[in-house]
Amino acid sequence: MSDKRFQGYRGAGKAVLERCGVGVWSEVDVESSSGRFTGLILPRSETSDDKHVVLKLENGYNVGIAADSISNITEHGRREAHYKIPEKEFPSDPAKPHVTLFGTGGTIASRLDYRTGAVIPAFSPGELYGSVPELADLCNLRTEKLYGVFSENMGPQQYIRLAESIGEEIAKGVDGIVIGHGTDTMHHTSAILTFMVQDSPIPIVMVGSQRSSDRPSSDAAINLINAVKTAAEGDIAEVVVCMFGPTSDQYCLLHRGTRVRKMHSSYRSTFRTIGDIPLAMVDQEKITHLRDDYKRRRSDRSVKINTAFDEMVTILYYYPGMRPDVLDAIVDKGYRGVVIAGTGLGHVNKLVYPALKRAVEKGVHIYMTVQTLWGYVQMYVYETGREIMELGVVPASNMLPEVAYMKLCWALGQTDDRDEVRRIMLTPIADETTEREPYNGYLIYQGAIPEVQEFLRTIKR
Amino acid sequence: MPFRFKPFHLMTPEDYAGIGFRCGLEVHRQLITRTKLFCRCPAGLYSKDYDAEILRHMRPTLSELGEYDGTALMEKKTRKNIYYRVHHGTVCTYEFDDTPPFFMADDALDAAIELALLLRLNLVSELHIARKQYLDGSIPTGFQRTTILGVNGWIPYKGRKIGIRQLGLEEDACREVSDIGHDRVYLTDRLGMPLVEPVTEPDMRTPQEAADVAQIIRKLCRSTGKVRTGIGTVRQDVNVSVKGGTRVEIKGVPQIWRIPRLVYSEARRQCALLYIRDELRRRGITPDSLKHRADEVTRIVAKTRYQPLRAAIGQGLRVKCVVLKGFAGLLNEETQEHTAFAKEFSDRVRVIACLTHLPNMVHSDTASESLYGRDWQKLGRRMSAGPNDALILVWGNEVDTETACQEVVIRAREAATGVPSDTRQALKDGTNGFERVLPGADRMYPDTDLPPLAIPQDRVERIRKRLPEFVWDREARYRAMGLSDEMVETLSLSPRVKLFSRLVDELGTDPTFAAVVTCQRMKAFRRSGLNPELLGDDEVVEVFKAYAHGRLAREGVVKVLRRTLETRTRQPDREVMVADVLQALNAKPLSDEEMAAHVKAAVDRLDDDRFSTLAQRHRHLMGVLMNDLAGRADGGRVAQMVAETLGGHGDCGASVEGRA
Ligand SMILES: [Zn+2]
Repeated sequence: MSDKRFQGYRGAGKAVLERCGVGVWSEVDVESSSGRFTGLILPRSETSDDKHVVLKLENGYNVGIAADSISNITEHGRREAHYKIPEKEFPSDPAKPHVTLFGTGGTIASRLDYRTGAVIPAFSPGELYGSVPELADLCNLRTEKLYGVFSENMGPQQYIRLAESIGEEIAKGVDGIVIGHGTDTMHHTSAILTFMVQDSPIPIVMVGSQRSSDRPSSDAAINLINAVKTAAEGDIAEVVVCMFGPTSDQYCLLHRGTRVRKMHSSYRSTFRTIGDIPLAMVDQEKITHLRDDYKRRRSDRSVKINTAFDEMVTILYYYPGMRPDVLDAIVDKGYRGVVIAGTGLGHVNKLVYPALKRAVEKGVHIYMTVQTLWGYVQMYVYETGREIMELGVVPASNMLPEVAYMKLCWALGQTDDRDEVRRIMLTPIADETTEREPYNGYLIYQGAIPEVQEFLRTIKR
Repeated sequence: MPFRFKPFHLMTPEDYAGIGFRCGLEVHRQLITRTKLFCRCPAGLYSKDYDAEILRHMRPTLSELGEYDGTALMEKKTRKNIYYRVHHGTVCTYEFDDTPPFFMADDALDAAIELALLLRLNLVSELHIARKQYLDGSIPTGFQRTTILGVNGWIPYKGRKIGIRQLGLEEDACREVSDIGHDRVYLTDRLGMPLVEPVTEPDMRTPQEAADVAQIIRKLCRSTGKVRTGIGTVRQDVNVSVKGGTRVEIKGVPQIWRIPRLVYSEARRQCALLYIRDELRRRGITPDSLKHRADEVTRIVAKTRYQPLRAAIGQGLRVKCVVLKGFAGLLNEETQEHTAFAKEFSDRVRVIACLTHLPNMVHSDTASESLYGRDWQKLGRRMSAGPNDALILVWGNEVDTETACQEVVIRAREAATGVPSDTRQALKDGTNGFERVLPGADRMYPDTDLPPLAIPQDRVERIRKRLPEFVWDREARYRAMGLSDEMVETLSLSPRVKLFSRLVDELGTDPTFAAVVTCQRMKAFRRSGLNPELLGDDEVVEVFKAYAHGRLAREGVVKVLRRTLETRTRQPDREVMVADVLQALNAKPLSDEEMAAHVKAAVDRLDDDRFSTLAQRHRHLMGVLMNDLAGRADGGRVAQMVAETLGGHGDCGASVEGRA
């Protein structure tokens, strides 16, 4: 109780509140050496210093007053803020598809937290309807908050629970599933779900936002609307990522869960399909398919759920001059699988050869991917590549390093047999390796080139 | 009985007091900084050129205290496509919200602290960056990052204190290019520029006082030397209310001289709206009892001769009619000069329903100018309207006309309440038009991207130590020195004020002469293509010292300064020192004997036939001599000698004095 009264305050800040007999949500006059301030005492962020008291002034601004400058605080009322997204009952319509939205945390539909100053999720159908009413035009919505973690804290337990929940939801007969997820590791989760949940009869759509929904320019609403549309009406019965497509507010792209990657720390259009083309474009009007080779929606309820997972796998990002003891240490710590992100076509220097040889002899499964992200591992071109393969390192084609990591965890969760692991790793489930790279699968336009500038200059009205 | 307005020039302070007039100011002023406020884009570069366009939409969000803001709801109704024009050199990914903010620019914060001290504000000790929501798209994030440095200050005016409510430091918004239908286009070059925003209490008692206080704030800002000057660098928002009315904000007035007329107009508008409210009450109409009806009438007016309507129907647009029961006659009521109450409705329809093509409505009170009487009769029958009712027609697509009808009713209901809280745009003719619903404090959110920023006391003290003198004190001092009003104003805002003090206080230079050189001459140098900044204060002092010690004549001062600048501007490789120029000019003043010899020689050379009068001869001689002797002889003394030599008429030369 008293803790709540001084929410977030410590040290000098808390002392002055106690001394003056006021607390958080007190309406006060503060007398300080720089004059008088009138306002409402707000909770303090726990990561901020302990030297200031935060006031919300009448004009809506927050200000901090140094605790040691305060001579007196007088309370003339109390007013607690009630943060509430206007909650309205989500309308139900038997003619509309049923969609389940799983919450895992992240910034899709969120609100502010005073203490940390952070954005925390708010998720019930009623809250969602209050802030994104368009959803009611698309489906009947059920939401379930599986856990509230930031995406960097996702891990095996969360993957397994998510996969199992998806299985249960499919069995119940929903028409589509949307998973709200933080964007940082969304492509990790989309990869492992692709392996854990196979042959789904319905779309499984992952969605997030790069700008939190507490800002008017947020991409949360458009991403969510498009994801729900994909889940409710779409024909692609696969694990896909639905995120902002171009720089402008125009459409989202649907990416296959194993070929997608977050490519910018803050841009909205951060998710890109790597080494291939996206599955589709989606906006509020329509879903525009860009390719035909996807698994269609079915009416049956069968799905294969396989939640095998061995955590003792790591990614080794190679750099010139890497010493063998790094790999030795990994092996000595008991790791069973290593995905190397090698240079160029999949290379490491001669210095680590003995460590590779030792690791393979100790039964560690080593797969080679490329840190260029685009392109194939090709270890026959140069002698170094051939030598590395002779040591027992397996080239992983054009699998993305993070995807290879997830797949190796999943494979080693099932077997330790060298050939069987190799068979699992190199048999594609959903394009984690592809037979061919299309001519338009690698597009990083460079600014200032006339034709690119021409493309950027105007938006079709 | 509400006050009926007199013309602008006949209004007295007592009249304004009688209507309970209140007025306050918010002045937005750009700072001189190296970068923008929250990113490292260069500050102060403007260009209408652009390399790319980005499309965004805005959605309202909930405020920290859990409410949707009124403006937010209005902007949501308008559903605009916002196009941003982006220029490679002036904007980075921060401005269009694809990169989080960088730390606040230190030079901007220092300048704002300085101004906060000058405004005698209670300084806060920790800055919290807030997000102020703007859903009109003028900022791509949908909010402005803003913070306040202090509250409760004051400035002196007419022996009273004008309260300064707060000083803000914030980012500037986009410049609007166009706003047609549902498409709004912005230039982003100005976006993110640091602005200071002093806000006064509503302490001004007449429109003229608002302008006067705006002037004081302008001078105070400029006295720091840290604000930008010129077109677009300063915008005044003026808040106006009358007794029984509401606070209404006139937005973005660029020039101070426009303020009085705009403020008068708004006060008048509020009184007129109160009169209309009372008249509605008299007719038994209150916000709750207001009766209205709306319907599509495209077919009924299909054959109208009223051209705008015909054109719209020809394009397949719909026409809708709103009946406002009991409103007959009121729509023509004058609310501002040459502006009728009907414009309040037309503005809302334009801004909120996006029917931007004007005229966008007609009403039955203007029957003779638009539709034929029989069209109105048919409409009246169709809508079951009687002679006491007003009919308003709007046209456009289905959705927009629906919004338009709703807005007409909303505005009518507000009329029965009184004066709605609007943000209004300043128009060139001194009247104002609706811009948006006035936002409340509800649109403020804490910025979660940036931590609070403590302002250490030593930083404040460092700035306090080098504060400029209050501009009003400075002006009083200059006036006491006998400087003209014009000179006082120029000098008190001049970047060379410190130089002026040194010349007067340390060297005992005549204040007028010192002011002429430090302000007017420096300006003249700039006009003739020289850069006066190439002259340091110390160097100017050196030249004046030579003058004070009798080594240089009064005319020589400017000559040395000009020659130094000329050399530096035109031959930047040559390192030229003031001392060199002094020497080269052989600047020792001439003795009376030497001067007399020069004068005599010139008079002897004079060809008498060229000039018919003595005055002409005198003028010619002065020109020749001052050119030869510049810097070495006092003009007044030379004139006197010329006059004596020519034979009397010594007064002819007096005009040369002060030509420094
Ligand atoms: Zn920038």
